[in-house]
This record gives sequence, structure tokens and C-alpha cells, in this order.
Amino acid sequence: MLVRHTAALAALLLFGAAPLAQAADKPTDPQIAHIAYTAGVLDVEAAKQALKKSKNKEVLDFAKDMVRDHEAVNAQALDLVKKLKVTPEDNATSKALTKAAAEERAKLATLKGAAFDKAYVDNEVAYHKQVNGALETLLIPSASNAELKSLLETGLKIFQGHEQHAEHVAGMLK
Amino acid sequence: MRPYALDRRLWIASLALVIAATPAAAETIEVTIDKLVFSPATVEAKVGDTIVWVNKDVFAHTATIKGGWEVMIPPKKSASLTLKAAGPVDYFCRFHPNMKGRLVVAP
Repeated sequence: MLVRHTAALAALLLFGAAPLAQAADKPTDPQIAHIAYTAGVLDVEAAKQALKKSKNKEVLDFAKDMVRDHEAVNAQALDLVKKLKVTPEDNATSKALTKAAAEERAKLATLKGAAFDKAYVDNEVAYHKQVNGALETLLIPSASNAELKSLLETGLKIFQGHEQHAEHVAGMLK
Repeated sequence: MRPYALDRRLWIASLALVIAATPAAAETIEVTIDKLVFSPATVEAKVGDTIVWVNKDVFAHTATIKGGWEVMIPPKKSASLTLKAAGPVDYFCRFHPNMKGRLVVAP
């Protein structure tokens, strides 16, 4: 489970690490929109699991922040794709992200209390780091529509903020 | 007129000038938040001034001083704080700690 999860993330990173060498694999705007939207939805789902399972105030507050921010950014994304008449297109990266997240949720479902809190927050740090890498090296440089690029850049700042916020919460759990 | 009276009148006149010039009225200073950026990032103010944060984002933010005050700034809303203490302070958004600002507050 962990291996598959890591492999999916590694695939995303690799995909992101060599965008020039793999010009043919450069995602299109409909694919980019789908990946960014999916990344947000998955983090909201992770947060909802934490809201059900955790009793730690810091963790609950963090999870609420994740739901609020990612729903807000995804509402903007939906408005934008509607305006641009772009239909988000499912793709291998979205599928890999979704699969990895489902596996992570299954793993977290078996944990309780402090062990759950730590695993959730550690995964939030790793997940945001991962998505930031993909945004910076692949999604933003590949986006051709200026408005989509701008929304992704705002999304990157939000995700970077969340990564630091998650690191702070992780530090408090120690 | 005796020199003493003249001195005294001059003294009163200059005192009046000093009083008129010193206590500048408290000001309201606006800091805009747009796409997770405080702008201007650094604000020079004085004790008694009010800072108004205008949040143009759809995200909630805070202006937080570690171990000090915190102002909640809801999405698409404004929030304000009247400065009570002098000195430079760094603040950040607790939800997005990569957002940073600075207030340089004169007495």
C-alpha cells in the first residue's frame, strides 16, 4: 500500500521533473484543470476524515482550514472553467493522485487518537509538498491560458501556506 | 514694552506653535490583501493610528503577531486594529504562514 502510494507520487514528481524532455507529455489546459481540482478535492476528503476521527483541537482547526480554503479555490476553478468553456479532462496524473489518496485514507482509517493525528498531519505535509512540486515544475509552466495560470499561481501560494501550517501543527504534536 | 514681557509673549507664541504641530491626528492606513500578499508589506505608522486590512481574496486570513494580538480578516471583508504600542512588529497569516507583513510603529 505504502509502496504503491509512493510510486504514484514518484510518478507525479518524475512527470514534473522533466517537462522539457517530455514535451509530448505536457498536460493540456483541460488536464491541468482536472489535476488541480482533483488535488483540492482529495485534500478536502482527507480533512473530512480527520474531522470525524480526531479530537485534537489543533488538528481539527487545521482540517477545517483545509476544507474552507480548498473549497474556495475549487469554486473559483469551476467558475473559471465555465467561463473559458473548458471541460476538465481526466488523465493519468489525476488517476494516480486519486488512487494514492484512497490508499492513504484506508491506512488512516485503521489508526486512532494520537497515531491518527500524527499520520494525518505528516501526510498533509508530504501531500502539499508533492502538489507544490507538481504545480511549480509542471502545471504552471504548462498552462497556456493566462487566467488558468494565474489561478494556479494563487493555488500554489495557498498550498505553500498549508504546507507551512501543516509543519507547524506537526511540530506541536511532537 | 519691557524686554521681559516681549520674551514672555514670544515664549507663549512658540509654545502654541509646538502644541499645534505635535499631536498629528490619528490616521487610518489601508493594507490590501490580494492573492495572499499583504500590500504594502511594510507600513510606517504611529501609536493611535488604525490599520485596516482589506481582504480581496475568497480566503480567510489573519494578521497575527506571535505571542501577541491577532486580527481575523474574513474573505472579501475588512478588519481593523488601532495601534497601541510603539516599535516594529512582524506579523503573518496563521492560516498561510508564508504571508508576511511588518508594522513600524512610532511612539
